[in-house]
Amino acid sequence: MKIVSGIPASYGIAIGPAFVFGHEELIIETTSIADPEAELQRFKLAREATGKQLDQAFLVTKKECGIEAAEIFNAQKMMLEDPELVGAVKNRVESELINVESALLETSEIFASQLEAIDDEYLSARALDIRDVTSRCLRNLLGNFDSPATSLTEPAIIVADDLTPSDTVLLDKSYVLGFCTAKGGSTSHTAILARGLGIPAVVGAGEGISEIQPGDSLVVDGDAGEVVINPDEDQLTAFRGRQKKFLKIQAEAEAITHKPAITLDGHQVEVVANIGNEDGIEPAHEAGAEGVGLLRSEFLFLERDNLPSEEEQYRSYKSIADAFGEKPVILRSLDVGGDKDIPYIDMSPEDNPFLGVRAIRLCLERPELFKPQLRAALRAGYGNNLKLMFPMVASVDDVLNVRSVLEQCRTELREEGQDLAEEMDVGIMIEIPSAAILADQLAEVVDFFSIGTNDLSQYTMAADRTNAKVATLASGFQPAVFRLIKMVIDAAHQKGKWVGLCGEMAGEILAIPILLGLGLDEFSMNPPAIPFAKRLIRSISMEHARQVAETALDLKSDREIREYIQKAVPEVNLS
Amino acid sequence: MPEIKLTVNHKVGLHARPASVFVQTAARFNSDIEVTHGDNTVNAKSILAVLTLGAHQGSEIIIKAEGEDAEDALKALEELVNDNFGED
Repeated sequence: MKIVSGIPASYGIAIGPAFVFGHEELIIETTSIADPEAELQRFKLAREATGKQLDQAFLVTKKECGIEAAEIFNAQKMMLEDPELVGAVKNRVESELINVESALLETSEIFASQLEAIDDEYLSARALDIRDVTSRCLRNLLGNFDSPATSLTEPAIIVADDLTPSDTVLLDKSYVLGFCTAKGGSTSHTAILARGLGIPAVVGAGEGISEIQPGDSLVVDGDAGEVVINPDEDQLTAFRGRQKKFLKIQAEAEAITHKPAITLDGHQVEVVANIGNEDGIEPAHEAGAEGVGLLRSEFLFLERDNLPSEEEQYRSYKSIADAFGEKPVILRSLDVGGDKDIPYIDMSPEDNPFLGVRAIRLCLERPELFKPQLRAALRAGYGNNLKLMFPMVASVDDVLNVRSVLEQCRTELREEGQDLAEEMDVGIMIEIPSAAILADQLAEVVDFFSIGTNDLSQYTMAADRTNAKVATLASGFQPAVFRLIKMVIDAAHQKGKWVGLCGEMAGEILAIPILLGLGLDEFSMNPPAIPFAKRLIRSISMEHARQVAETALDLKSDREIREYIQKAVPEVNLS
Repeated sequence: MPEIKLTVNHKVGLHARPASVFVQTAARFNSDIEVTHGDNTVNAKSILAVLTLGAHQGSEIIIKAEGEDAEDALKALEELVNDNFGED
């Protein structure tokens, strides 16, 4: 028995025999040829055949795993038709009178090593692509279509150094129980594929998995990021139990995900989605989201070199808000600065960007940035349930200032005769401790709160969440943060306002009973977490959640709170 | 040989999708087209060569073209780069 740690890339637990995916080396010998023209004709035909296979691979992969994993085959096709590559192969065949296989292999290796030599993750991945497409073309030249992938004929866990797109497209996915690879990170081809298929995966497990032999008994724990090689009977029984439990809970959760989130004793809350752009609409609907609790507007501003126009923003916000009809969609105004930089927005360097001019502080300084967004939101909210939310509010004055710009925009639009949402709910993020402390005052000037636990934790604990040495302080279940959350909810409820939470904590299964017990009205999370959250809320009572929250708030550390919840609410354990 | 000097403003530089559309645009013309970044000059119709240039955001590149449609080619590439590779 041996345990190897890697990066958890896709959830769940897989148990089964190892299928070791060895890249069979193609043996290419250099031979002399007499007729270069005939040789180059063979090359042309092989490229054509390869191109057709790549088109097919694109379609299959797009259907099975989505467009992101599929795009790579289009890039490979361009590489194979590259004039420099094709030209160099042609020259060598004509001048040296050697076979095209040998000329192609050597030429493409030169390009691959050049790209690999540049210290850049993206270019290294392209080196793998050149080798992959070369190998495919060589197989077409040699008429050798054996692939290790085609010998997978029974359920197994795929073990590999790394997997190329061509390797995985040929795998019969119905036999793939899980993946573990020595190389790669959470954005590698294998990781994207596994998540697309909903199969457990651990990647980047390193040398430790090289000793795995075909047929070895394996467990891939995609929750913990561990691979267990030849587990003993007791471990296997434990993992089987966890797997069975996980699958049962997953099935239960998916079955109820379109039902409302009501506790056993009839208390109902909203479970909504965090999304970043139009691509998030479908996953949110499928997961049973009752609206959008956080639409990050940054997506429109990134990866470009000029500001998106009001019209462009309007179209985008409107298409998302319309897609949810009467269900609420909460648009958060531009949240940049801090660690989120936009090259074309001129921001002066700051010693402490997290404490500097970010989010509404920046927007209030730059009306040319802020007003088009607010105008677009007011127009987009006509005929649907779009709401606006402002990040990084520290005081009542902040709210009055943004409200005054919003009113200016409203007046302008009315004068222009534009359709606009005359009544649009306006809320704020509670993510600065001062806003939590002043929640009673702030509740008088807004319609709702949404707690941003990521920032609230780092500002409360004085711990930078991007600094690994103190990140656990900022990301943990801190009694101080829970107490602030309680203050915010109590203050809002006294003024008849509702409170949501859109930080990572809303989707954390251990936090849900406490947040529910504290009276949180809306839980906003990434779509994959929604079925599990709804299942948990539907399986406990509000009365029990209140008691649990009360006890948890008196505990003294992150660890004590986690241990207590696991004991007091056994429904939180998924496997 | 006519040439133009441009700055790559795209966030990812002359990589990934911008590199693909750049090469595809160059390939539409019959002229020989070269692109230079720093000390390296390569065939603008070759994706592999263009990738090895390592032109990041803010890099200055020089494009030269020779042939009957050289002017049109330079114009098309200039528009593409200045239009941020069609991502607006």
